[in-house]
Amino acid sequence: MNAVTGPASVLQVRAACKRFGAVTALDGVTLDVARGEVLALLGDNGAGKSTLIKAISGVHRLDSGSITLDGIDITAANAMAVRAHGVETVYQDLALFDNLDPAANFFAGRELAGPSWLPRPLRVLRHRGMTDRTRELLDRLQVTLPDLEATVALMSGGQRQAVAVARAVAFSSRLVILDEPTAALGLRESARVLDLVRRLKDDGVAVILISHSMDHVMAVADRALVLRRGRAVGETAPTPENHAQLVAWIVGATGSQAI
Amino acid sequence: MQVSGHGNEVLAPANGVRPPGPGTRVRAPLSARRGLTLALATLRVGPAAILVLLVIVLSVLSDVFLSLENIGNVLKQSAVICILALGQLLVVVTRGIDLSVGSNLSLSAVIGALVWRDHGSATLAVLAALVTGTVIGLVNGLLYVKGRLPHPFIATLAMLSAASGLALYLSHSETIQGAPPIVDTIGAGRIAAIPGGGEVGWFPVAAIVVIVVALLLTLVTRGLIWGRWIYAVGGNPEAAVRNGIPVPSVLISVYVVCGFLAAIAALLTMGKGDAGSPTSGALAELDAIAAVIIGGASFLGGRGRVLNALTGALVIAVMRNGLNLLGIDPNWQYMATGAVIVVAVELDVLRGHFERRFRSLQAVSDS
Repeated sequence: MNAVTGPASVLQVRAACKRFGAVTALDGVTLDVARGEVLALLGDNGAGKSTLIKAISGVHRLDSGSITLDGIDITAANAMAVRAHGVETVYQDLALFDNLDPAANFFAGRELAGPSWLPRPLRVLRHRGMTDRTRELLDRLQVTLPDLEATVALMSGGQRQAVAVARAVAFSSRLVILDEPTAALGLRESARVLDLVRRLKDDGVAVILISHSMDHVMAVADRALVLRRGRAVGETAPTPENHAQLVAWIVGATGSQAI
Repeated sequence: MQVSGHGNEVLAPANGVRPPGPGTRVRAPLSARRGLTLALATLRVGPAAILVLLVIVLSVLSDVFLSLENIGNVLKQSAVICILALGQLLVVVTRGIDLSVGSNLSLSAVIGALVWRDHGSATLAVLAALVTGTVIGLVNGLLYVKGRLPHPFIATLAMLSAASGLALYLSHSETIQGAPPIVDTIGAGRIAAIPGGGEVGWFPVAAIVVIVVALLLTLVTRGLIWGRWIYAVGGNPEAAVRNGIPVPSVLISVYVVCGFLAAIAALLTMGKGDAGSPTSGALAELDAIAAVIIGGASFLGGRGRVLNALTGALVIAVMRNGLNLLGIDPNWQYMATGAVIVVAVELDVLRGHFERRFRSLQAVSDS
């Protein structure tokens, strides 16, 4: 395996093991992600992709192995602590507040407000500041929304995904984990989310992308890591030439027998 | 940021997977989008529209309806429902319900009146009533959040029963006569300085209390982090937890404020009758809940505005007043309230339908 190490490596997972009762969900997985790199996680259902990202984001705790983020050991950190270290995860259900506008969604739980001598709940919201910051960020990511004042409930699937991803980027200095970001989207909306992933990369953010669509993985990912039954079974660049090899790893056949 | 004219763009096309150029883009018919936007805007003022319609109809049917004296009466009669509805609104926004506000009102009034009768201190009496209401709210919140009762319906139903029992016990099931002068003033007083009502005036002090509370609540819910958290918790409790919002404290706090406002309503009720009665708040919770629903708040949480809740309360009060003026059997009032609830919620269902249409239109014009 050709893991990227050295100063550019943001995330290092070493020999990660996780068991749920008799089921071994992760069996010695090692991976690295570098700054400005998109790593695709591939694998069939039950291959361990979800367990792996939940372990990284602090939802699950590993039985053995280690996870370090820019040299900081986060193996035992909980979800809040991992977020505080600059890792954001966009889950499939998006976790948006439908009744609030994009700016309120961005800053939920970390509202800009003052004065600081007041207890936090009693501080006065800085609406202008939050809207301006939101606009700046959406601009930087070239996300255009019809109406920044409208609630998220009135937005299309792609617009909502854009808001969720942009929110993750807004507060993640190091790593963004995207779980099936295009699963519920149409062709053009998917294309726009993929564009957004490219811009994260250009911004120097490390990205882990889970996707079932080989086309989407080939469009944006620098490397693809294939999991099967909790093990990392192969890693290569997701190019059309390697397509057959990747599929073979996913389904568990050897390269020559595939397809 | 670049806001395109009709807002069809999500992400501007960049390098890589490129959507077809503008020439090939299929856009949703603009007329449909405009029609939906207009329909949504209309439905948003639904509660106000119901109120205006009621006022127009009643002013045609009755000569005295629009007299200053009658308007003053409506404002005075509606003050208690308004205050209770404002408290209920906060609870409903967080996906909850407070069934105990009526009993809370009764108990707070009885305790206030007892303290006034036995100690003669206006300050103590007012304080006792306010503390009673607030503590009841706190207990509701704690039972629900810390006691892990499955739904606030349970905690506040238990409180409805317990508080009303305690009110009857403490008062020996009798009305305690007398209330501090300051309480009489805010509950029954009229402001002579506002012209049109002769020497006594027509504009009730109670309406001022409602306006002050409503303004404060508007500022707090729109301007403070706490208000934002209330709407976030109502909109998506799970996401609120994930985002580090202290959901349990937020939930407890809305029941506390709701209880405090029930005590304010108790003071208004005491003043109106110059007494504290153990049944003075009976069934008031139903009016409060009805007002909030007519005002368009969603029981699914996250939606509801101060002004709309007030409008809902006024709809109920105006309807009652109108039916009285027209000499219609008072029992019709309840049936009419039921009808208005259904109409208001049907309007809300319609709004939800239009919103979904709007959303799919966005997606269509996106792809």
